[in-house]
Amino acid sequence: MGKKLKAKAAPEQRAGTVITIVLLAALYIFLFALDNALPTNSTTVMLIPVLQKGAIYALVCVSMNLLNGFTGLFSLGQAGFMLIGAYSFAIFSIPAAQHPAVYQYFDGGIIQFSIPEAIGGVLGENAGAFLGSILCILIAGVVAGIFAALIGIPVLRLKSDYLAIATLGFAEILRAFFQWDGLGKITNGSNLLRKYTNFHNIKIQVGGMIYQLDSIFPFFIATLSILIIVLLVNSSYGRAFKSIRDDEVAAEAMGINLFKHKMLSFVISSFFAGVGGALLAMFQTTVQAAPFRASMTYEILLMVVIGGIGSISGSCIASFLYIACSEWWLRFLDSGSFMGMSVPFFRDGFRKVVFSVVIMIIVLFFSRGIMGDKELSFAGMMRKRKKKQEAQAAKAATGKEGDAK
Amino acid sequence: MSEPILSIQNLQVNYGGIEAVKGISFDVPEGEIVTLIGANGAGKSSTLRAISGLVKPKSGKILFKGEDITGKNPTEMVSRGITLVPEGRRIFPDLTVKENLRIGAYLRKDDISEDMEWVFNLFPRLREREWQAGGTLSGGEQQMLAVGRALMSRPKVMMMDEPSLGLAPLVVREIFRIIEEVNKKGVTILLIEQNANMALKTAHMGYVLETGRITMSGPGQELLVNEDVKKAYLGT
Repeated sequence: MGKKLKAKAAPEQRAGTVITIVLLAALYIFLFALDNALPTNSTTVMLIPVLQKGAIYALVCVSMNLLNGFTGLFSLGQAGFMLIGAYSFAIFSIPAAQHPAVYQYFDGGIIQFSIPEAIGGVLGENAGAFLGSILCILIAGVVAGIFAALIGIPVLRLKSDYLAIATLGFAEILRAFFQWDGLGKITNGSNLLRKYTNFHNIKIQVGGMIYQLDSIFPFFIATLSILIIVLLVNSSYGRAFKSIRDDEVAAEAMGINLFKHKMLSFVISSFFAGVGGALLAMFQTTVQAAPFRASMTYEILLMVVIGGIGSISGSCIASFLYIACSEWWLRFLDSGSFMGMSVPFFRDGFRKVVFSVVIMIIVLFFSRGIMGDKELSFAGMMRKRKKKQEAQAAKAATGKEGDAK
Repeated sequence: MSEPILSIQNLQVNYGGIEAVKGISFDVPEGEIVTLIGANGAGKSSTLRAISGLVKPKSGKILFKGEDITGKNPTEMVSRGITLVPEGRRIFPDLTVKENLRIGAYLRKDDISEDMEWVFNLFPRLREREWQAGGTLSGGEQQMLAVGRALMSRPKVMMMDEPSLGLAPLVVREIFRIIEEVNKKGVTILLIEQNANMALKTAHMGYVLETGRITMSGPGQELLVNEDVKKAYLGT
């Protein structure tokens, strides 16, 4: 029976996958054109940063959704793990020659090498920046994951609100810890980390031409990470996570080891938060612990809620919309004029008022978010359309019969 | 008589300082249906929770096929073949019927398609609702799903906590018919019930639990006609 149903679902499933791949390919071609052939003017100058930041936040939102939406663990530690990721990335990719300048108050720091440079020495500068960044991003994720495992041991025994408070507390402790002068030789204390590899360093050389990969790179990492999370959510582990979310006691009675699975979800979520943090560091070109405060977590949580708790595609849509609105589309509200006319309301900060109203409207009228817990799936859409057509055909047939009578 | 598959010896369970089970002993022979009956707060659920590993007993022993398994965690209990159908069904409302069943087989590494087929044959209603979310099922269907989910772990002993709770009489009869059918397949059943009449009619062996102690025991049919049991639990 199960096999028969699977066979029936297969053509739509396959077509859905093909459409997804085609759209992704189109997106990448578009991004490549954007990176290399975009004429700079006032409209387009915001497009690339918004896309970059949108991709980064999409990844972070999906990682938070894995924990909050799929495992039912209400954790508010995301900013803390992003901080770890951002610092790990920056620390290992500052060029050796720049250490005295960056760590000027700490005698040049203790880490005296740079991974992109080390790889670049062997494979050339461009390959070094590309592969070195990927390696540093992996390190960022692993370090965040290790911290998560340590924090998880005491914290994951707590439930619901208490878990939220504890993770929030740990995130704040992490921020203070990274700002501490005692670790200055590694973290540069409360000073900026800078001069490390950023998106603009990512390029490839084909023949004699050099192509920029500024926005393709964050999209590539985000797509890959989100794909891994999607596969995880649809695996038997994902099913176990969802069963814990639905009913902890029943899940335990079915033999699911609660602590082990919660820890797994927490560590994986934090790994990808760390990856997101590393990308954010690349985006910002400087890193400081101060902005990674609770309000950053709330912002991410807001995007997850707007997108729909338990919907991966919802998280992605919401993060792009949110970033575009807050960084770009609503900017005109701060400019003091609208279509040439001077409007006294439109001054600094008015954007935030409008933005808050928009969010309230979303929360009031789409209380389950844009997507609820559904996913945007082309296979699903086609199945629906087919059903509708069949229903219409059936209706038409019965209508004709009626006429004949 | 062969060695009992499950043997409870002087089991004591405390809940936050309250003695819920005060040292009870009973045997569950392999292949039989055994029932514990008793009023609210008699310690029935606590006994099952202790055997399934959800709570640690204060003292006493739980032997499974002669092996001491006292205080092991639920994962080890399920992998040994002791599964609980929890009180109030507790199916996973946002997972589909099929996903619910697959969670039941979570610890198994072997092929589960045969067992899935068996469960669907036991409960044809579940097959019809294979892709529906568990939370959209009716009470009776949810109870069937809860039983099916437990069966997916291929249990040797299936423990059921109040399977008739909140169900219509017809559905209750259906559930008990299935309990007997499952039992005929060789699954030992430990059943606790407030619906003493149904439970004793079905069970080979019954124990009466009162405020944490066993006060009476005997074959189900014998207890059913016992004057004290009649007065206290059957209301006749």
